[in-house]
Amino acid sequence: MRRDRWRLLLVAVVVLAALFMVFPIKGRINLGLDLKGGAHIVLQAKDTADSKVTEDSLERLLAVLRNRVDQFGVAEPVIQREGADRIIVDLPGIQDPDAALDLIGKTALLEFRAVVTSTSPVPPAAERKNYDSDEEFEKAQARWNEAVKAIDAQKEELERQSASVEGGMVAKSDEGRFYLLGTVLVGGKDLIDAKTQYDHLGRPVVALSFSSEGSKLFDAATFANVGKQIAIVLDGVVISAPVVQERITGGHAQISGRFSPAEAGRLSIMLRAGALPVAVDVIENRSVGPSLGEDSIRAGIQAGLVGAALVFLFMLIYYRYLGLAADAALAVAILLVFAGLISLKATLTLPGIAGIVLTIGMAVDGNVLIYERMREELRSGKTPMASVDAGFKKALVTILDANITTLIAAAVLFYFGSGPVRGFAVTLSVGIVAGVFCNVVVTRTILQLFMSARAAKAAARS
Amino acid sequence: MKTFYIDFMKYRRLSLMASLVLVVVSLGLVAIRGLNLGIDFTGGNVLQVEFPGGASVGDVREILASVGQEGAVIQAYSDTGMIVRTGSDDDKARESVTSALKAKYPDMHIVGIEKVGPVVGAELRREAMIALGLALGGILIYISVRFQFRFAVVSVLALVHDSIITLGIFSLTGMEISSSFIAAILTIVGYSLNDSIVVLDRVRENWRTLKTDGIITLLNNSINETLSRTINTSLTTLLPLAALFLWGGHVLRGFSFALLIGIIVGTYSSIFVVASLLAGWWTKSPQKA
Repeated sequence: MRRDRWRLLLVAVVVLAALFMVFPIKGRINLGLDLKGGAHIVLQAKDTADSKVTEDSLERLLAVLRNRVDQFGVAEPVIQREGADRIIVDLPGIQDPDAALDLIGKTALLEFRAVVTSTSPVPPAAERKNYDSDEEFEKAQARWNEAVKAIDAQKEELERQSASVEGGMVAKSDEGRFYLLGTVLVGGKDLIDAKTQYDHLGRPVVALSFSSEGSKLFDAATFANVGKQIAIVLDGVVISAPVVQERITGGHAQISGRFSPAEAGRLSIMLRAGALPVAVDVIENRSVGPSLGEDSIRAGIQAGLVGAALVFLFMLIYYRYLGLAADAALAVAILLVFAGLISLKATLTLPGIAGIVLTIGMAVDGNVLIYERMREELRSGKTPMASVDAGFKKALVTILDANITTLIAAAVLFYFGSGPVRGFAVTLSVGIVAGVFCNVVVTRTILQLFMSARAAKAAARS
Repeated sequence: MKTFYIDFMKYRRLSLMASLVLVVVSLGLVAIRGLNLGIDFTGGNVLQVEFPGGASVGDVREILASVGQEGAVIQAYSDTGMIVRTGSDDDKARESVTSALKAKYPDMHIVGIEKVGPVVGAELRREAMIALGLALGGILIYISVRFQFRFAVVSVLALVHDSIITLGIFSLTGMEISSSFIAAILTIVGYSLNDSIVVLDRVRENWRTLKTDGIITLLNNSINETLSRTINTSLTTLLPLAALFLWGGHVLRGFSFALLIGIIVGTYSSIFVVASLLAGWWTKSPQKA
């Protein structure tokens, strides 16, 4: 009797603490990027001829990425190293996944180079709607193929020549023109600032300010190239190649290209934060818009409610008043799962929601085992009170064995899984522990309350 | 007492043959038909796009073909939403797809992007195998310690059986296998064992009757005594999983499908594989009780 009181007290305290922790639930659970929306990007640093991946270059890479993300204005970003040469960037709440990828994955190596010579641009490809008949369209396509071939030939010629030019390289422009470029005159490392401005036509441009060293270099370069082209090269692509009208002193320049205001803004950020010290590959990118995350949450809640209703009904129909106790214990188990997730500061992911729904089904398994055992004990002639005791005692071992093996699988999953899958392992584990507690402690307490109420009733009747 | 009693062990050779056939057919399906591996394993690009004004899969396919993505897999998941999967993980290819679609449908917007490089996919495959091996090893040890080595071996064989048949059904239906499938298989491994444990637990409890009744009767008694548990525990877990499959959204559909199959097969195998194998093993080489 004394133990029963303690059990009741324990359950009351646990339930109250859980209620206090869970309500109001809004904002208390960490949602994963797949639910609240955001970008998860994994970068792999790679060796190039110019720069090797070293401890030092990786640290600088992290610093540049942090700088870029901070300037872009993302709340609570996560930027961390993984293993020897990988970096994980998590950007919650990103609206435009493409923009995020652009900001993170681009090296942003800016160079001003002398232009030796260039090919003509590739003309736009023929489109069927501009021609009256298929024949004419085919002819136009043939002409276009010829033009492309001719330019390819010119490009190969440029590549042959580049060997004899000091620091020579062949680069393509946005419009499809190939340039043979000379040495680097000024580079992005000589910048002290980059800002988005608008030119007199209202087009976005990136205004650059050079350091004193850079100003000198730029001054000398423009002086030496008056009347000639200087190419502005970003990550090996020619953005523009203006003709130098006059010598430029004072260390200011601007880049006009065909970019949108948003692109100009990102380019400014990247130029201010500096180029990535090593080349990177985006080896994984998972971006979820906020609307998709909301849909997932809604669907998960719906499935959870329907699933819970089905289990509630099944237990009630099959086990009657015992089922009612199981249902009450199940409600406590669900409450405890949320309380557990909140107190562990775990991240709830979409598979995690699936884990909670699965828990709803698994949590009553213990009740089934206990009740079936109680029925057996009753059949063997024990009193109801004694069968309840024996049912709980004998089913406990089975419940523990069954749940520990599931926990083994969940632990392996937690260790190996990444992001969302790990979220599933966490909810599954929390669900198993909460389920076992509710089976053996909460259910028993509820049955005790039932039986003492019955006894009181019976006493009152007699 | 129970009003019915099924002589399960009478069918043990038949059921083991059936299981063997299912496993062989599943392995054959996986080998010949293959599995529809998602980009988590193969690498590639998946775009999830919404067309508020609606769009037809045929039109989208044509637009993609015009930018050189004839091989893209396009799947509509609602009236306005589509999933586009391209084989390459090239960012340029993705950009050309989005700009071509934007040109035709200006109100189109991207709700999700998934890009996985081939390196990551290869790592995931290796890690999945290690994880499965570790989980099975851990369970083998646990059951050996808590029960007997033979119980552990037959239980793990049943888990392998369940996993292979689940894979076979995925091969048959062509459902996509993503990284959450690994979570599903490991959960099946952990959970479908529960039914076996319930039966084995009763076998352990009835062990003293081995001398008088023999292994066949012992197993039959144990299965029959625990039959309502085996069925009810599986049923209560299948109910919410069915809800998840039907209403949980398209992202979780493959995951819940795998669990549904795995748990159904697992319930069957706890009786017809675990007990049958144990009976066969025991009659061939009895151990001292």
